[in-house]
Amino acid sequence: MVKVSLQNRLPTTYRVAAIRQETEHVKTFTFPVSFGALPGQFIMVWLPGFDEVPMSVAMDDGTVTKMTFFDVGDLTKELFKLTKGDLVGLRGPFGTHYEWEKNQHLILVAGGYGAAPMYFVAQEAVKDGCTVDFVVGARGKEHLLYLDEIKGLKNTTLHIATDDGSVGHKGYNTEVLEKLLHENASSPRRSVMLSEVSEANEDEAHVRRSAQHDTFLSVFACGPEMMMKRISVICAERNVPCFMSLERYMKCGYGLCGNCVVDPLGIRLCTDGPVVSNDIIQSIKEFGTYHRDALGKKHNF
Amino acid sequence: MARVPYATIPPMNLAQELLGIRFKNPTVLASGIWGITASSWQEVARNGAGAVTTKSLWAKEHKGNPNPTIISTEHWMLNAVGVPDAGPEKAREEIGEYMKQHPAPLIANIIGLSAEEFAEIARALAPLKPDAFEVNLSTPTFLKLRGKLFAEDEKEVAEILGSVRKEIGSIPMFVKLTPNVPNIGEIANAAVRAGADGITAINTVGPGMAIDLKSRMPILAAHKGGLSGPALKPIAIRCIAEIYEATEGKVPIIGTGGVYTGLDAIELMLAGASLVGIGTAIGDRGATIFADVCREIETWCDQEGVNDIKELVGSMHAELKKRGIAGTSMKHA
Repeated sequence: MVKVSLQNRLPTTYRVAAIRQETEHVKTFTFPVSFGALPGQFIMVWLPGFDEVPMSVAMDDGTVTKMTFFDVGDLTKELFKLTKGDLVGLRGPFGTHYEWEKNQHLILVAGGYGAAPMYFVAQEAVKDGCTVDFVVGARGKEHLLYLDEIKGLKNTTLHIATDDGSVGHKGYNTEVLEKLLHENASSPRRSVMLSEVSEANEDEAHVRRSAQHDTFLSVFACGPEMMMKRISVICAERNVPCFMSLERYMKCGYGLCGNCVVDPLGIRLCTDGPVVSNDIIQSIKEFGTYHRDALGKKHNF
Repeated sequence: MARVPYATIPPMNLAQELLGIRFKNPTVLASGIWGITASSWQEVARNGAGAVTTKSLWAKEHKGNPNPTIISTEHWMLNAVGVPDAGPEKAREEIGEYMKQHPAPLIANIIGLSAEEFAEIARALAPLKPDAFEVNLSTPTFLKLRGKLFAEDEKEVAEILGSVRKEIGSIPMFVKLTPNVPNIGEIANAAVRAGADGITAINTVGPGMAIDLKSRMPILAAHKGGLSGPALKPIAIRCIAEIYEATEGKVPIIGTGGVYTGLDAIELMLAGASLVGIGTAIGDRGATIFADVCREIETWCDQEGVNDIKELVGSMHAELKKRGIAGTSMKHA
């Protein structure tokens, strides 16, 4: 996680190399280009003559880039109609990304299309020896994404929650998170990890133990804001380090237009985010309350 | 000039008082960048800006353009955001919120499509007592909305500034001018005669275009957009110099165009700017650019033995005069 890529701020069009229908309303496009994007970063996706929107990168392996999207907005509905070989403009990558330490334990919580960037995290993190609890949530079975890919990852345990109970836990993925955090608090894995560190480096282990509940565990989340609002509270109450990907209206993607600034901090989520620590999220008063549109007007969630 | 030993230099004075407003340093957040909310203005002030300018504020809600609206390379930026704004209710709320803490002077940038519209937004905001107004007569978006810029026409400039002045009493009024005229000095003088206390120069140049090769489409959704960034600086320098000469150095200028470093800022000041707007460069140097530029100015001034920033303003003109040259011209070569 050291490579910092150069931003490209002028879109270039690339031909869609492959299209995969994930669910009735979700597709993944593969582009024959790498932006050096890291998990959590976003790219501005432009359909010439139409519009341009920010999208989380679903995968960038150094050769190809994948974007996974719902047909919910004006632009994504148009993108949905494209076929292999059609041109789409891309620029980026922009913003902060998820970070972990080697051999950490991660709980990833994904709501809806958040499964795509969270899968990108999992895929990279297991390469660093991390163990992963991957909690996906959706309205029902037919809306779940990336299940086979997640199941195929080593050291990764998949947990499913659906609103209708058609598969997995009936209810919210945040309830699964609470259960996992409860188990983790008394898990042997945690004590084993701490003792390993304590042998390796006594001072470091002391700092880790005293600093927080469990620095070896991090929670990462991406999904609807009300889901993340709940996760913010859950993690803050238990003193668990947590990073989440926030979404606000964006034009430029690199800190100029000011549309993604959040109250009252004044920080720009395209440069200081989209991946933000829960400590900062806790002081974003508009989080879970309102967001602003292209004119800067407030809209309540 | 010999290097003055550091210990003998009194603390560098970056502060100036202009039009009754105290600016702790010459850096100003330029209009259109970052400045949509009180939180943003406060964050920019926390990062050391000497003053902040709001994004242009309309008398009614105004929709901007679809994206892409902002694109750039290392040499230039093109923007066709289209001056979106939620209207005076939101503007009053945000300005009111900012003025409670008021960490740096606030310049309210206003826009309209007629003298009446400019007057209407000025009337809505004047009671909140922003430190100054800046009247935007030069956004390229006027080309889309009315086919020409107000800042091209001395008569229209005078009419609008006159109508704004009636609404804002003694609050200082800057007017933002376009480089896209052959006579920016004359336009500046017309503005001053019509009641402008200061000039902001320059707005973006152009407009310009960029085309995506494979799709063969203009990249900006609005096709054409104002050009800013490094390429703008030499044009800004020339315009500031001409305005300074035309107004005989009596009118404060906020110089804006391609400022990335303290040395860029000093160059604009030598041409005649008292204050220096920073916009596009925030994308490259980040939020700390205001403090960074101030430090770079201080370092240079220390090395050159300058201990008061006011000494820099317009001093290219003084140097020419000292050499017996009446003013900038293309005839001296």
